[in-house]
Amino acid sequence: MHADPKGVLTGVHFIDGDHACCEGTLAAGARFAAGYPITPSTEVVERFASRIPTVGGIFIQMEDELAASIAIQGAVWGGAKAFTVTSGPGFSLMMEHIGYAAMTETPCVFVNVQRGGPSTGLPTLPAQADMMQARWGSHGDYGIIALCPNSPQECFDLTITGFNLSEEFRVPVMLMLDECVGHMTEKVVIPEADRIAVTPRRYTQRVPGDFRLFEPRADLVPDMVRAGEGYRFHVTGLTHDERGYPSMNVDTQDRSVRRLLDKLKPLSDSRAIFEAENLDDAEVVVVSYGITSRVAQRAIQLARARGVRAGKFRIISAWPFPERHIRDLAGRVKAFVVPELNLGQMVHEVARAAEGKAKVIPVSHAGGSVHNPEAIVKAIVEAAR
Amino acid sequence: MNPSTLEIPCEIPAEPQNPVEPFLRMDRMPHIWCPGCGIGTTVNCFTRALLDSKANLDKVAVVSGIGCTGRVAGYANLDSFHTTHGRAIPFATGLKLANPELQVVVYSGDGDLFAIGGNHFIHAARRNMDLKVICVNNLTYAMTGGQTAPTTPAEIISATSPYGVFEPAFNLVQLADAAGAAYVARWTTYHVKQLARSMGEILNKKGFCFIEVLSPCPTLYQRRNKMGDGLDAMKFYKQASKVRHGAPTGECGLTKAGEIVVGKFVDRDRPDYFELLRSQMTASLGERYAEPEVMCSEC
Repeated sequence: MHADPKGVLTGVHFIDGDHACCEGTLAAGARFAAGYPITPSTEVVERFASRIPTVGGIFIQMEDELAASIAIQGAVWGGAKAFTVTSGPGFSLMMEHIGYAAMTETPCVFVNVQRGGPSTGLPTLPAQADMMQARWGSHGDYGIIALCPNSPQECFDLTITGFNLSEEFRVPVMLMLDECVGHMTEKVVIPEADRIAVTPRRYTQRVPGDFRLFEPRADLVPDMVRAGEGYRFHVTGLTHDERGYPSMNVDTQDRSVRRLLDKLKPLSDSRAIFEAENLDDAEVVVVSYGITSRVAQRAIQLARARGVRAGKFRIISAWPFPERHIRDLAGRVKAFVVPELNLGQMVHEVARAAEGKAKVIPVSHAGGSVHNPEAIVKAIVEAAR
Repeated sequence: MNPSTLEIPCEIPAEPQNPVEPFLRMDRMPHIWCPGCGIGTTVNCFTRALLDSKANLDKVAVVSGIGCTGRVAGYANLDSFHTTHGRAIPFATGLKLANPELQVVVYSGDGDLFAIGGNHFIHAARRNMDLKVICVNNLTYAMTGGQTAPTTPAEIISATSPYGVFEPAFNLVQLADAAGAAYVARWTTYHVKQLARSMGEILNKKGFCFIEVLSPCPTLYQRRNKMGDGLDAMKFYKQASKVRHGAPTGECGLTKAGEIVVGKFVDRDRPDYFELLRSQMTASLGERYAEPEVMCSEC
């Protein structure tokens, strides 16, 4: 199905990643946003606050990030597509509600424009140090989806993808921008609404009385309902059975929590989103994501100019981790070089997937700027030796 | 045994006899609340208020936080949400804004609404969000074993105040009044008629409405303080309560054994969030303003 033209600002724009992300939410059908100001993410909801009164929807500035991250879930059960936006400290506060969204299978989107941490860190400067937090930050076992755009255009495109995946899998989706991507201004092309694919919410076709809120379909994802339609349903963050009733029972826990992870399996395999270049002859593959992938692009060019057969694997869907693709590559390359704006996060995933069949070399950076491409070139050249 | 008792017909009727049963998820009974606990009494009053209001129950949603009262959402046969600790009000805010035709009732306890969730309470009242907040105040954290709450009166012994509470407690009705609530009342579980009537009133009133219900916790609060059982609590409520409608809320603080001022303290008309939103947007944007169409039927 196609986007509702009311929210689509068709045309060629010169805007930054935060603004492009906002346009993505509107094109994807989001009509509810709740936020709390925090640098460098606030522009996303500032634009939403400016745009939504003429599109038809709600923006509410809540009293903190805990409130914002649960208000969106109330809105989703009321029938809206909804999101919130934050950065490091706010992302930390939202963790409990990411777990609630995972447990209650509430489709919603969290935009995190990453900045340097820990704590207040570097509010105005980039980092990619929330990647593990995005995956593991809330307590208990659960799965999420995380996408990493590297340009304003992708901030638009992947925001729509994020909403669509969120509806398809009924999971919280993280859009993991960083300060550079969020504040970088480039050309963004927004197509006609009928060229934008939007995944509708999968509302049940069953009638009240014949419907179980957490009964999975063949793809392990249950159908949705919304409040006010006579289903008289119950949603709880407690471990629950297929009716949605609390069940303090080892079998229910095992069955329901495993399903929260199993339903996402296609995304680590056949449906992983990535960009690959020069892999056919590569002896060294640079694995990168977000803003770092643009520095890596330059490093790969420089390394090739110096005679090293370097290839590119750019992670776009970081969670679930595209495990099979890295494992397949590991069997035929010498090494992976993994630059990231943190002191080693996704590099551990690469090493785990490589299973010792290729060297894995981190190029770490504590954040605050992007890498110098030479640091990555040096690692590529050494890895090829 | 008296032979006459054997002659009493003891057929169990096939149809539910208790008028509140249709409002409860009977397949979840028995509930988890202790003997003598007052939460069930408040639910009974609430269901009677719903019945009397003739509301379309498909359009009534209950949102709870965590704790003993947090379990109300699980027993109400309505669209019901058992959310995270302290966050029932912001969840309810999102639900109401996305789906304004819903009557959204927040039903939770004193610890949930006024300690971990206190900030959300005052902001929802400030916005005059159209939410009906029912706080069952048992003066303690009961679900976790009877710890001190921001409502626990001075000198009370609790699991985390073994030598007596010395922090001043919140006066919930004063807090609600000061933050801007459109309706503020307090009753105890002794005052079932009055409570049901107040609940009925807020179901017909726009804006942020708040009812505090003092409710016994014999298992933890009373036992630890040698205050007897559930019946003793009723006797205390009867003896200590004084109905003072319109009393200045600043004079309605609660103490360990002192007077309990009950009644309706605030009933005022303020434009609610939606009215304020619409009026400001229309003033700024004129005909360009589009009424929120948040729900996605096919999106």
